Amino acid sequence: MNEFVERRVELTWRKPKRAYDVVIVGGGGHGLATAYYLATRHGITNVAVIEKKYIGAGNSGRNTTIIRSNYGIPEAVSFYQRSLELYQQLEAETGRWMMHQRKGLLWIAHTEAGVRAERARAEVNTAFGARTEFVTPREIGEICPRIDLTGGGVWPVLGASYHVDGATARHDRVVWALAEGAMRHGVDIHQRLAVTGLLREGERVVGVETDQGPIAAGLVLSATGGHVTTLATQAGVRLPIRTHPLQAFVTNHYELAFDQIVASSNLLFYVSQTARGEMLIGAEIDRQPSYSDRSGYHFLQNCSFRAMTLLPFLRNLRILRQWTGICDMSPDYSPVMGQTGVDGFYVTTGWGTWGFKAIPAGGEQMAELIATGRTPALIAPFALDRFAKDRTMADRGSAGTH
Amino acid sequence: MNISIPCPHCGPRPIQEFIHGEIPVVPDSITDEEERDLDRAFMRENREGVITERWFHTFGCRRWLTLKRDTKQ
Repeated sequence: MNEFVERRVELTWRKPKRAYDVVIVGGGGHGLATAYYLATRHGITNVAVIEKKYIGAGNSGRNTTIIRSNYGIPEAVSFYQRSLELYQQLEAETGRWMMHQRKGLLWIAHTEAGVRAERARAEVNTAFGARTEFVTPREIGEICPRIDLTGGGVWPVLGASYHVDGATARHDRVVWALAEGAMRHGVDIHQRLAVTGLLREGERVVGVETDQGPIAAGLVLSATGGHVTTLATQAGVRLPIRTHPLQAFVTNHYELAFDQIVASSNLLFYVSQTARGEMLIGAEIDRQPSYSDRSGYHFLQNCSFRAMTLLPFLRNLRILRQWTGICDMSPDYSPVMGQTGVDGFYVTTGWGTWGFKAIPAGGEQMAELIATGRTPALIAPFALDRFAKDRTMADRGSAGTH
Repeated sequence: MNISIPCPHCGPRPIQEFIHGEIPVVPDSITDEEERDLDRAFMRENREGVITERWFHTFGCRRWLTLKRDTKQ
């Protein structure tokens, strides 16, 4: 990766103005990407991104950095495929190395039902532009020799879908590159500025109240993770979101010899290796709705046991650290993007188990919606009014794990 | 986080023994009957603070209990 000469990230901090055309609440990947694409694609630069802590402090800094488009329904495959392609160009476009690396993702099936699901996934993916194929246990053994094909004698490997374009990127670098790109075009980013409420004029949302005074806005976009319901309630918008904690952990360093991303629906975990050599392991959400980001030992016990069933070499490693983020879960496991029915208030939420992979496409499409006032076809199926219209985008494969 | 749920029949037991049951709260401001149904089906209050919820003790006494819990903790 020597084509990138590393320069310091150039971030220019300015004082908050009293009014902006667009105010984006939440300085994570989705908020910053929306600002970035508003500035670079549509020339809308009178934009502020307001972040309570520091940019990337929330789920953009807690996710497991996986980029993939092997979803289970056509609408999702098209959307995430767009995101995957944007990620592939993002380093060249921003001039920033994001440690983007194509790895290939094996989604293992251990039951006949699982095999049918993975075959279906491969078919839907292929039909809508994502590169996924079904592979047999023998091929799995060739792709990733460290997998115990007997599954510890309990969960035998019967097959897998192999998503060739599955990739990872360094999450902090994505956040910084987007922030830098947006700032260079004149977007204001304010850290340590907490939005405490919304300003309303009749039904319309006309700005935000912050702990440093009100800021007027032509349009407010909520790109917050976790606390979106609280914000939306102030606009009088009801959301189909439940907030659940999600935990993950890394082990100590291991030789750089684990090239793929491996996931298992039955064992409910997924694993990849970071550039430092740590094995990065995540699982499903905690079952109780909660805003707490405390981690627990029970999760470690459970998840590491399941991971070792499939990857016995993990048993010699030690757990280095664990963390928790809070996820916005929608009833159909698909995101909720776009208008809310309240003038001047837009949301991008429901990113389930963290939404890192959707950052570029989510930002690009939301920027187009804000700039043109028309919902782009790619995200139209994910509008909030789909629930009232009985057009839910049920995709269990979407946010079940990572 | 390791949560234990105080079951009135079995005493404090780990959360893994229970199944979560929600109590949908439909705000009074929604009056239309169909809108109320829609809200009950999909929308959630998702409150940051104390909520009332139901838990079913699957691997225990197999009875429902009502619990008040602070979602910020």
